[in-house]
Amino acid sequence: MEFKHTRQGYVDGLLELAEEYPELLVLDADVAKATKTVDFEAAYPKRFFNCGVQEQNMLSVAAGLALEGYIPFASTFGVFATCRAGDQLRNSIAYPKLNVKVGATHCGITTGGDGASHQANEDIAIVRSLPNMTILVPGDYEEAKQATIAAAKFVGPVYLRFGRDKYPLIPEIHGGFTIGKAKVLKQGNDISIITTGIMVDEGLKAANSLESEGVSVRLIHMPTVKPIDKEVVLNAAKETKGIVTAEEHSIIGGLGEAVAGIVAEEAPCMVHRIGMQDVFGESGQAGELMDKFGFRAKNIIEKARKIMRN
Amino acid sequence: MNSLAIQKKSVEYRKKILTYIKKANAGHTGGSLSCIDILNVLYNEVMNVSPDNFHHPDRDRYIQSKGHSVEALFVVLADQGFFPESDLETLCQYQSHYVGHPTRKVNGVEQNTGALGHGLSISAGVALAGKMDKKDYKVFTLLGDGELAEGSNWEAAMIAAQYKLDNLIAIVDRNTLQITDRTRHVCNTEPLAEKFKAFGWAVKEVDGHHLEELKETFLSTPYEKGKPNLVIANTTKGKGISFMEDVLKWHHGVPSDEEFEKCMEELEKLTKTLEIV
Ligand SMILES: [Mg+2]
Repeated sequence: MEFKHTRQGYVDGLLELAEEYPELLVLDADVAKATKTVDFEAAYPKRFFNCGVQEQNMLSVAAGLALEGYIPFASTFGVFATCRAGDQLRNSIAYPKLNVKVGATHCGITTGGDGASHQANEDIAIVRSLPNMTILVPGDYEEAKQATIAAAKFVGPVYLRFGRDKYPLIPEIHGGFTIGKAKVLKQGNDISIITTGIMVDEGLKAANSLESEGVSVRLIHMPTVKPIDKEVVLNAAKETKGIVTAEEHSIIGGLGEAVAGIVAEEAPCMVHRIGMQDVFGESGQAGELMDKFGFRAKNIIEKARKIMRN
Repeated sequence: MNSLAIQKKSVEYRKKILTYIKKANAGHTGGSLSCIDILNVLYNEVMNVSPDNFHHPDRDRYIQSKGHSVEALFVVLADQGFFPESDLETLCQYQSHYVGHPTRKVNGVEQNTGALGHGLSISAGVALAGKMDKKDYKVFTLLGDGELAEGSNWEAAMIAAQYKLDNLIAIVDRNTLQITDRTRHVCNTEPLAEKFKAFGWAVKEVDGHHLEELKETFLSTPYEKGKPNLVIANTTKGKGISFMEDVLKWHHGVPSDEEFEKCMEELEKLTKTLEIV
């Protein structure tokens, strides 16, 4: 199995588009090596702006550039893009609905050794609650690249979420990328598993394991968290016994709550959420932290069984 | 525009600001009166922007960072013909586009503002675009002095100097008051000129109610090639109305019927004085 960085998919997507879209720019808050946008800087130094360690100004500068017809990709870590510069994201970008793309890396618990200060586990919740925003959470390198290209072609503010680690390539999700469309990877009818981001890998493992026990699984990958593919969620709620959601994010305000909200209003069924259980993370290898905080296939299976027993 | 005509505009704008604030029963009175002469000069004497060229890439840009003084901006935009002045009768009302802070839904407004500390950064982005596009347009942005407590302004100040944005002109409406107290008693921004100079800006200080001086200052940029421009406009909050001048409570006070009459009388008297001269 091949492992690659989703953040590398981000910059490779940008590089692929650079010639076709001369208005595409990259802004950085002095973390270009970490966000991988250093590759863009090397190829297009005049279209790359390091604003220094100042995320608030960077997002508003991006808004000003978007007003003039540029497509700025403002890149930094997820915690700083959303918490530090949340007011700028809201008032400079989302409210006037400007064509700014925020490329956020180091999201989720797999950020690892840097610890809780750098692990964005609440960014989806923050951005989801802002009107006009689109949120893309790709599951691997290739999907990250496709999501970046889709974001550049889309007119409007987009939040792109990437991790720090290398993650396995999942060929099942490589069939193309449409903003707002879920990818139904398995069409089973007993239980549904809905994943976003890198949790698609654990979702697949869980689904395969359940299938080997004779359980028919509906596996849905949601690389667009907002606007969410409501129809696919409702079908899962109506056609299976319940839903397990899995996201590398807090259980508050993310994919799980988005799914639960839709289901509660139109097709009530049980929804169990895999995610950070309202706690801060800590240091460790990505894998160690996934074990500790319950982000594994076995945790998904446990929730699925609970729903089926009900 | 001749000197008398432009002076008369300032008086007329003040009447309108007070009229629409009175009608809306809301608004930022003191700050609108302190910055109106600046806006008058920018739109009537300095900037190349009008309803006809508002979408033209070569127009000058104005972004009002102190968005709360929206009444001053709307009154001037209406006078420039961006929308009928009667629209302002709906100011702050249900279903009106003319909300309490600028939005792009209003013709003539470049960018939504209201959250303080955004305008300088956004203007730096616009100015950077102007440089990349090799355009000659200028970017004007108006900040409050209280607003300078927002740290993002200083981030923007550093980056504007870093990128040599000498097409950017930031104007500080230094009325020395903010919502709760004197600015120097809350979070002192002084010595303002020295601070910006230290940040790599070229700085000029003017009487923010002297129309000729403002015009000359705005037209003579860049003050130093490669440096962003700061105009410190010394103003009086509530300028033009005797009982509002430099009085804290008029930050967003609405005049009573009686006070409103007095405002109009004072401004009428001012118009007459101008006519005699
Ligand atoms: Mg003030």
